[in-house]
Amino acid sequence: MNGDAMLATVRRSLGRGALPADQTAMLRARLDRHPRGLIPARSRLPRGEQIALFVRNVEKEYGSVATVPDFAAVPGAIAEYLARQNLPTELVVAPHPELQALPWADRPLLRMRFGEAGAADVVSLQQAYAAVAETGTLVLPSAAERPTTLNLLVETEIVMLRASRVVGAYEEAWDLLRAEHGNGTDGRFMPRSVMLVTGPSRSADIEQSLELGAHGPRRLHVILVQDSAATTVAS
Amino acid sequence: MLQTSPAFKANARTALADAGLQRALERTKPHFQHRRAAAVAALPEFERLREIAREIKDHTLENLDFYLQTWAENVTRAGGVVHWCGTAAEAREAVLGICRQVGAKIVTKGKSMVSEEIGINEFLEANGVTAVETDLGEYIIQLGHEPPSHIIAPAFHLNREDWEARFRAAHTDLPKDRVFRERRDILAEARGELRQRFLAADVGITGANFLIAETGSSVIVTNEGNGDLTQTLPKVHVVLAGIDKVVPTLEDVSVLLRLLARSATGQDFSVYTTFSTGPRRPGDLDGPEQYHVVLLDNGRSGMLGTEFQPMLRCIRCAACMNHCPVYGAVGGHAYGWVYPGPMGAVLTPALTGIDKAGNLPNASTFCGRCESVCPMQIPLPNLMRYWREREFERHLGPPSVRRNLALWGWFARRPAAYRLASRAASAALGLIGRRRGRFHALPLAGGWTAGRDLPAPEGDTFFARYVRESRRRR
Repeated sequence: MNGDAMLATVRRSLGRGALPADQTAMLRARLDRHPRGLIPARSRLPRGEQIALFVRNVEKEYGSVATVPDFAAVPGAIAEYLARQNLPTELVVAPHPELQALPWADRPLLRMRFGEAGAADVVSLQQAYAAVAETGTLVLPSAAERPTTLNLLVETEIVMLRASRVVGAYEEAWDLLRAEHGNGTDGRFMPRSVMLVTGPSRSADIEQSLELGAHGPRRLHVILVQDSAATTVAS
Repeated sequence: MLQTSPAFKANARTALADAGLQRALERTKPHFQHRRAAAVAALPEFERLREIAREIKDHTLENLDFYLQTWAENVTRAGGVVHWCGTAAEAREAVLGICRQVGAKIVTKGKSMVSEEIGINEFLEANGVTAVETDLGEYIIQLGHEPPSHIIAPAFHLNREDWEARFRAAHTDLPKDRVFRERRDILAEARGELRQRFLAADVGITGANFLIAETGSSVIVTNEGNGDLTQTLPKVHVVLAGIDKVVPTLEDVSVLLRLLARSATGQDFSVYTTFSTGPRRPGDLDGPEQYHVVLLDNGRSGMLGTEFQPMLRCIRCAACMNHCPVYGAVGGHAYGWVYPGPMGAVLTPALTGIDKAGNLPNASTFCGRCESVCPMQIPLPNLMRYWREREFERHLGPPSVRRNLALWGWFARRPAAYRLASRAASAALGLIGRRRGRFHALPLAGGWTAGRDLPAPEGDTFFARYVRESRRRR
């Protein structure tokens, strides 16, 4: 069967022929406007509270968050987390400029390899494009500097997130993608993959009992960088 | 898969006598119901979101040709390939063609109900390609050569000892004397075994929770991450999707996603919600080199423009079966095909024919719980009623049912006769049953009284009393 035949079948069932031009134009206009539905009130908060909501939701979903004042503090926070969890100090790191620019030399015990993850990798460091406070969700679009395998193959994923990139609702994350990735009105802004990640991998398939670390990471740790004064986390 | 829906009654009897299944049902029912209730209570906008979601899907279905065409153009522009398939057979051939073209030996699979609908695993096996289910629940039922019993918890009917026994039988490379102390040990073994398969696979097949017209994306929603490994590691990603999965924009899908996880597992959001758009881009370090969508009609377009069109709003959350007293008593296998519970009772006759699936819309008390929890506000009891009408019109029911319905119909159209007959019956039953107050058995109603007693009528019929009281008020 080809596309035209299937579309003809659909039209026959709907009891009409091809849509008239004005109707098609209206539908195209709706795609261009991409109107928002209802956005729940829970994420309509001042910045500080929005970030606090994000943190609460990550923790509710069995992730963890460490807040640091600036980029310079990130390697230390990673080393501390790995030591506390008794994890190896070898990391596969997303080749993202923000991560490459971190002062790694301060922590000579951390051994890094920049690139995608392989079967043998245990801990990854990823860069978050944005995050959604509504449900504690990280937004991880694929890119040369943000490989997808870092989110999947390891046992522990550490994600660096700038507090200024926390938004309230999913729709605001789509706005960022539309604005920052080419022509926002015709779908070309979508990278190959956009992963929305909410907590570590889990399964309840065995007797409906929740177990973490099904196929993806068992641990998800967010290092939240307070990258501007306006985004200080409310205590 | 072999459809056993015509044997629903025998299936149900077997299910009721299955102690392991009954234990699993007792465990599962409250789990899903409580979790959904808590998640819904925590989102004050839930009801309003249901209405908006329904409007979005209705709008999409009314303009389905436009949205499918736009979606397909955007898939193509992103470097993907759309395979338009009218039937299950065409879809199977399309998948096999893709596998052959890359010389695939091993195919990993994310969870997909469409893949069950078209029976792709058996077909690939018969053609020399090994298909490995990677969702934990799907994996264990594949090891047991049985179909899923639930659309989001395919192995809920199994107990821990079933998991251990099947793993011992299948994973012969591991030490025989190993001990499963906790459920976590079962999980860890599956993770290890399946990780090798993920890395060895040539093709990864997933389903799609949604297709997005605006961007040409497919969306999968999972908790384990198996779907993501399936679509990221192999050279080729194949998406299986019904034509009912398309929605216009990212904003529209956001509304539906707010309902999906809450209605399904009672989570606010599932762990992985992944949007895939075409193959690997220049510079990308990972991701598939080919992206295909096998788009399946298989009877869906036949529901458009009929009273069954609202069923195409379904987002496969399973809330209806999680709250259904019939499903809760017999589980999913009794329904005898891919889709069980109330949504299956409506969808199965549409996809396989009412002649084969007539039992399913009759296996309902019309209590209405399914409709009340359906995030897409699908009027499931009404749709089941339409199927009963069609079954009657086509003379498909048993002769005894037809005879009795015809008899009832004769009286129902003659109110005086109806009142006379019901008054006589009620008086007679009241007289005979006066002493015990109830009947354990009745002639011609043995089936009905097998499971419960009929209370003996006390005094007049409702209508006689109604007339008397209205007179008194005058």
